[in-house]
Amino acid sequence: MKAAQVTMETGAHAAALAVKSARVDVVPGYPITPQTSIMEAVAEMVENGELHARFIPVEGEHSAMAAAVAASAAGARVFTATSANGLLYMHEVLHMASGGRLPVVMCNVNRGIFAPWTLWADHQDSMAQRDTGWIQYHCSSNQEVFNTILQAFRVAEQINIPVMVNFDGFTISHCLMPLTVPPQEEIDRFLPPHEPEWRLDPAHPSSFSNVTNAPEYAPFRQMLSDDIMAAIPLVKQAAQEYKDITGMWDGDTIDTYRLEDAEVVAFAVNSMAAELRLSVDILREQGIKAGLLRPRLYLPFPAEDIINALPQNAQVMVLDRNYNFGHPGGILAAELKSVLFGRRNDITVKNRVMGIGGIDLTRRFMADEIRAMMDD
Amino acid sequence: MTTSIKQLPDIEQVLSGNGACGGCPATMGLRVVGKALGSNAIMLLTPSCAVASMGMTPKLGYNWPCINICFASAGSSASGITHAVEIMQEKGRLQGELPTVFTWTGDGGTYDIGFQALSAAAERNDNIIHFCYNNEAYSNTGVQRSGATPRGCFTTTTPTGKRQPKKNLALLMLEHNIPYVATANVAYPGDLYDKVVKAKNTPGTKYIEILAPCYLGWQFDMSETVQMSRAAVRCGAWLLWEAENGKINFNNPSARIISGKKAAEPVDEYLMNQGRFNRLLKGPDATQRIAEIQGDIDREIAFMRERAKITV
Repeated sequence: MKAAQVTMETGAHAAALAVKSARVDVVPGYPITPQTSIMEAVAEMVENGELHARFIPVEGEHSAMAAAVAASAAGARVFTATSANGLLYMHEVLHMASGGRLPVVMCNVNRGIFAPWTLWADHQDSMAQRDTGWIQYHCSSNQEVFNTILQAFRVAEQINIPVMVNFDGFTISHCLMPLTVPPQEEIDRFLPPHEPEWRLDPAHPSSFSNVTNAPEYAPFRQMLSDDIMAAIPLVKQAAQEYKDITGMWDGDTIDTYRLEDAEVVAFAVNSMAAELRLSVDILREQGIKAGLLRPRLYLPFPAEDIINALPQNAQVMVLDRNYNFGHPGGILAAELKSVLFGRRNDITVKNRVMGIGGIDLTRRFMADEIRAMMDD
Repeated sequence: MTTSIKQLPDIEQVLSGNGACGGCPATMGLRVVGKALGSNAIMLLTPSCAVASMGMTPKLGYNWPCINICFASAGSSASGITHAVEIMQEKGRLQGELPTVFTWTGDGGTYDIGFQALSAAAERNDNIIHFCYNNEAYSNTGVQRSGATPRGCFTTTTPTGKRQPKKNLALLMLEHNIPYVATANVAYPGDLYDKVVKAKNTPGTKYIEILAPCYLGWQFDMSETVQMSRAAVRCGAWLLWEAENGKINFNNPSARIISGKKAAEPVDEYLMNQGRFNRLLKGPDATQRIAEIQGDIDREIAFMRERAKITV
């Protein structure tokens, strides 16, 4: 048995290495900052024979997702990646992927949305895709990006629902961190070859995403809604089995830190949640019983796991890197309140929006914010 | 020699019982396409009459695996499928002869919303056949103008007749340096059949555009689809040609018009036999506007005659 390899990699390159490890068949791609480095790395791997796949250099993100869903319907394992306005440009086809029950896996490297123009991270892009019927993970480290892409393929192909793996532009995509790549035998054990129940096959002519009447359409939509909820145990199982095989663990639907006895709980996703561990330590040193709850799975929203994990009478400080337009504050806070209502009336939820368009979120800044929120 | 209608194979890929209108030219064209492609093919459709008439889920009036895809993405989705089946065959997950991957789209899905993705697929020379059945309007949504609607034509969004000429999309596709481009017409099924067979046996991107006079949009009797198609060719409003590796050859009767052996018929009678030019023909400036339409046709004939001389 070969040993795992540890190298220094950017988050973008970690994603490309996961694509290679997953033995992906087809990768349509279109450049957009900060995602471009993933496509460049995949194109090079295909060109030099490291990855036996087809890279399709399409002319836009709508076409990237349109090629992805079609290749998936033909039976291939498919990956693509995008950011910000590229993701928005795909929006229509995201619905086709989920409605068509096509297990495409995509990285979205989070970036603020035009206009005005920004290159830097916030979470408006992915959270604006909440109602497209995609499963969404949010990752806080380069290693988690790698691990999650493999778990995403497994979940997607088990349940025929596409999965979006989100991580922050630049903070994750362009920064080097140590990356452990498990031996290929371990990955092959975790992620078996894609054997779809159905594909476009001339031996079995059938229509796909054809016209429906309401009696057919409505059950399709109900099944999609039910099956997205049914992803939660599969996400947990994938995380557990990945740990059993590779020894690596990033949390399953949620990830927690010093949460058990916490009176003040920081609640956030992506790279800022990694930094928040340090903020929690600072607050603890200051005598505040702080902890962290990071939803790793944003959609389906892991309601039961959050309800069960929050300590009694905790104040939850939701740090949103997005806006929930039409409401004060952010989207995560609204999601959290909706699951706590009537279930955990002991919990207080407070919310601030921060880090928009890449404003730096340091451990001290966030510790100060959380302390100030205690008086909100 | 062009294949005669009596020599077409018996195979039927368009099954009896679908939702197309009587006299639907697209369905007639697809029937011939099916005879040329056979059953080992994967069909992509964008929102259009061809989707609306293929049958309601889970029924299917076409004997291929058919995927209805987003309107703007015939080219890119076909690329996705052709790369998928090729790589799966390379990896040993598919056996046997590779299926032909083809799109079946209207002029909206080709000239307008679908053009960007189609252009890119052609530039990549991905191994697909793109078919455009061109009824010169958005017939499925109730006849609105498209980039293929000719000058002077009434649609619900050109209530006094379109002011601009149509674009020559087949020529634009030729300028992508793809190995095979052809125009066809349901009144010449043998010619269409031969062109589809050539496209099937040519690797790379192939483009075939079929004029499809829609009785509903064009406003003529549904029993006259073939006559209307033939009239379009005889007056030069539609030219039959094909280009293998960039070299244009005209097919009869267009070849005779281009070479000057036979003059194109004046456009007047062609226009008068359809309702979609009625308002123009009854207007006070009818003579001038008919002359504009005739001018568009004459220009295309002259331009294509000269363009065909370029063989480098």
